[in-house]
Amino acid sequence: MIHNEPEKLIFEQGSAGRIGVDLPEIPSDLKVLPRKLLQTRGELEGFPEVSEPEMIRHYTRLSQKNVGVDGTFYPLGSCTMKHNPRMNERVASMKGWTGLHPYMPVSETQSAFKMLFEFEQMMNEICGMDAFTLNPVAGSHGELTGLKIIRAAFRARGEKREKVLIPTSAHGTNPASAVLAGFTPINIEVDPDGSVNIEALEKVLDENVAAMMITNPSTLGLFETNIKKIADMLHAKGAYLYCDGANLNALVGKARPGDMGFDVIQTNTHKTFSTPHGGGGPGAGPVGVKKELIPFLPCPRIIKDKDGRFAPYFDKQSIGRIHSHYGNFLVLLRAYVYLRTMGDKGLRDVAEAAVLNANYLRVSLAALGYKVPFNRPCMHECLLSEENMPKGVVTLDVAKRLIDKGFHPMTIYFPLTVHGAMLIEPTETETKETLDEFIKAMGEVLEESKETPDLLHEAPHITPVQRVNEAEANHPKKLNLRWKKQ
Amino acid sequence: MRYIPETKSDHDAMLETIGVDHVDKLFEQIPSELRLKKPLNLPAPLSEMELTAVMEKFAEESEAAVKKTSFLGGGINRHFIPAAISALLSREEFLTSYTPYQPEASQGTLQALYEFQTYIAMLSGMDVANASLYDGATATAEAVLMAKRLSRKGKIVYVSKALHPHYRETLSTYMRDIDVPIVELPFDEKTGKTIFDPEKITDAMCMVVGYPNYFGVIEDLGEAKEVATKVETLLISVTTEALSLALLKPPGEFGVDIFVGEGQSFGLPPSFGGPLLGLIATGTANVRNLPGRLIGRGKDKEGKDAFVIVIATREQHIKREKATSNICTNEALCATTAAMYLTLHGKKGLPQLAELNYEKAFLLRSRLSLIKNIEEPFSGTTFNEFVIRTKLSGCELLHRLASDYKIFGGIALADNYPENKNDILISVTEMNTDEDVDKFVHALTEILK
Repeated sequence: MIHNEPEKLIFEQGSAGRIGVDLPEIPSDLKVLPRKLLQTRGELEGFPEVSEPEMIRHYTRLSQKNVGVDGTFYPLGSCTMKHNPRMNERVASMKGWTGLHPYMPVSETQSAFKMLFEFEQMMNEICGMDAFTLNPVAGSHGELTGLKIIRAAFRARGEKREKVLIPTSAHGTNPASAVLAGFTPINIEVDPDGSVNIEALEKVLDENVAAMMITNPSTLGLFETNIKKIADMLHAKGAYLYCDGANLNALVGKARPGDMGFDVIQTNTHKTFSTPHGGGGPGAGPVGVKKELIPFLPCPRIIKDKDGRFAPYFDKQSIGRIHSHYGNFLVLLRAYVYLRTMGDKGLRDVAEAAVLNANYLRVSLAALGYKVPFNRPCMHECLLSEENMPKGVVTLDVAKRLIDKGFHPMTIYFPLTVHGAMLIEPTETETKETLDEFIKAMGEVLEESKETPDLLHEAPHITPVQRVNEAEANHPKKLNLRWKKQ
Repeated sequence: MRYIPETKSDHDAMLETIGVDHVDKLFEQIPSELRLKKPLNLPAPLSEMELTAVMEKFAEESEAAVKKTSFLGGGINRHFIPAAISALLSREEFLTSYTPYQPEASQGTLQALYEFQTYIAMLSGMDVANASLYDGATATAEAVLMAKRLSRKGKIVYVSKALHPHYRETLSTYMRDIDVPIVELPFDEKTGKTIFDPEKITDAMCMVVGYPNYFGVIEDLGEAKEVATKVETLLISVTTEALSLALLKPPGEFGVDIFVGEGQSFGLPPSFGGPLLGLIATGTANVRNLPGRLIGRGKDKEGKDAFVIVIATREQHIKREKATSNICTNEALCATTAAMYLTLHGKKGLPQLAELNYEKAFLLRSRLSLIKNIEEPFSGTTFNEFVIRTKLSGCELLHRLASDYKIFGGIALADNYPENKNDILISVTEMNTDEDVDKFVHALTEILK
């Protein structure tokens, strides 16, 4: 973050007559004739007129007001902000991939199908599932897809079940996806440590339950030790167990959701499989299922015939199309390259280093005096609460002060079940030196919270803007969602 | 392993701090019978050098296809991408950050997305746009879900049969489990335009129409709006070639209630159909019913201009089951790409490029009209895509063009419109040179003689 001066909106820059592209000439004999046929618009009022250097400077300056993983430690819990390998970017920019058009004849795009097919097989193996669809383009898109698959399975059985059980510690996308899939989400209270309360489950579990969605490891960073029992309970009632795979980074190569009794899982390539987060996407949310659910996967699927030729396939029982084409192909390609870089041993090292780093932070931060509500081995992320902070200092203050210390804050106020939660996920790609610097910074923040709490309340100090007045920005009379010519 | 910095001594030191003697102890919270006992059956890992060679060879398998002359479109549009855009997109601050929940550390992403929202609002002639959805197909489904929230009366979604078939399929996937009935509006076989017959549109929640539609035909949104008003329903327009909006009268000027579209034309390569960029825009009154993320411009505590996520109270992380949508991760970097593309082209360049596309398509169209045995089934005005009909089946014609002349001549309509067996959809962009056009004309003349 070097550029701290306000950057004018692009619409307030440039000058009439400038242009950032030089286009081929339109043959003059054509120009007059056809346009009359169209009901055309006036000029693009408000659009800027800037040259290429101005455009480059504008976006370069904007980028300098941003923090990314390359620049600093970014321990956003449940988001797995790991290193994004540049090799994946290079492969994803090769013309043989970017130039492929989905309407080319199937015989011409065999390489794309082959890559997708092989990626699916690797995903099956990693997750212990029987088949994957790669079409969903984000985690919550995957959730919706997975739940629709479950709904279709009941439809095929001639049953209509209404309820989906969701622990209160789950990501907000879970209940939102359940509603979109036509289900009624039923909140299930969890034990303080985030694990499913078996008695509470027993009480609500009946034959109107279609599925239960569980994040494992949970959003508190702990493994759901009763998972097998929960699976058996659901299966005994004819219901399915759904895995929110947002936290798969803790498990790769060490344990497989399919072996735990999960029937459906959505994964996030932009978390576990190193594809860049891009300021909020594009990601990809492949969904894996057990054998009996395969017919319901969205279409098209990719199949290989006996001669080794690949083709898109449309099953009659499929839930249908969920995206224009084959999902976020270039994102899947990056994840494919990642898996071929890592292999079995590499993935196991990922989980081990991620879990080791998280536990190192847990123990070290607890030693500093931070409250660790569940101070036992965690998985890939560790959870603090604001309980030990002096009166008047809240989680938000800690997060903002961390920015001054050069770190992107952790996830805050999530999960909702822990008061003033701070969820810290270091990932495997950080050095011990970085973790030590972070621990040191957290120590300083704790000291400051007692000695000079205003430093926290007023933080951040070094950023292009200070704390934003969110209430005002949200005020109906002040809401400003676009620039308008004065 | 180059992505994992941990050394043996780091490892040991951390274990000691934690107070366990082996990393496996940390995995003991996973019941033993659930822990993996054997290695995963995955391809052996490769070094960067080896894997690059493998992937280069892999990509080369499709290079022949990528180099062929192409007239493919259908919502995935072939446009030139200036180098300035690729260069800026590789900036790590855009590439490797996440959802801008911490506004002080994310002003770059936030301002870029605010500018994107402004661009889409201006292009579509609507009041406000959001910060992106997944793609045009899911944006269409989200728009209908939004209409469902807004509509007080009708229950039925009326969808033009001339809307992109994949969009219609995606829409029906989304609607199926929430019991929203969909009825198709037929199109006029002579003009290729949707027929809006108010007598046949009853109990309507909304009407959905392409602009231009799948056949490339520019629908009469004025008429659509008139009918929508008459039957008291909402009108949703869908644009699959966003560049057309630089030339056409914007949907907002017709009084469309919700605009959606596919923004891939603005700087994203075809990429086998993804990532794409879903666009959605609407009137100010409907803002609180928009799905997805919205960026607002406000002030920091010192009164300095600042950008921040606003009305997040519609979003899933706050509203959970009452959210307007389940979307979280969207297509932020694609939206940033589109903003860069629109900036570079600007007020003069974008209409100029749109005109170039239009003129080139017109040129090809006029030349094809001189070939014996080619006719145009639809008389409606088009932008850069149009349908031709020949004496051969569309599939056979395309097959011969591809195998004998190395030309991807278009998309056969037969798969989705069985009665249009001999029709193909042709798309022309600035990427099609005069040579391409000559080659195509020559090939069609020979095949159809």
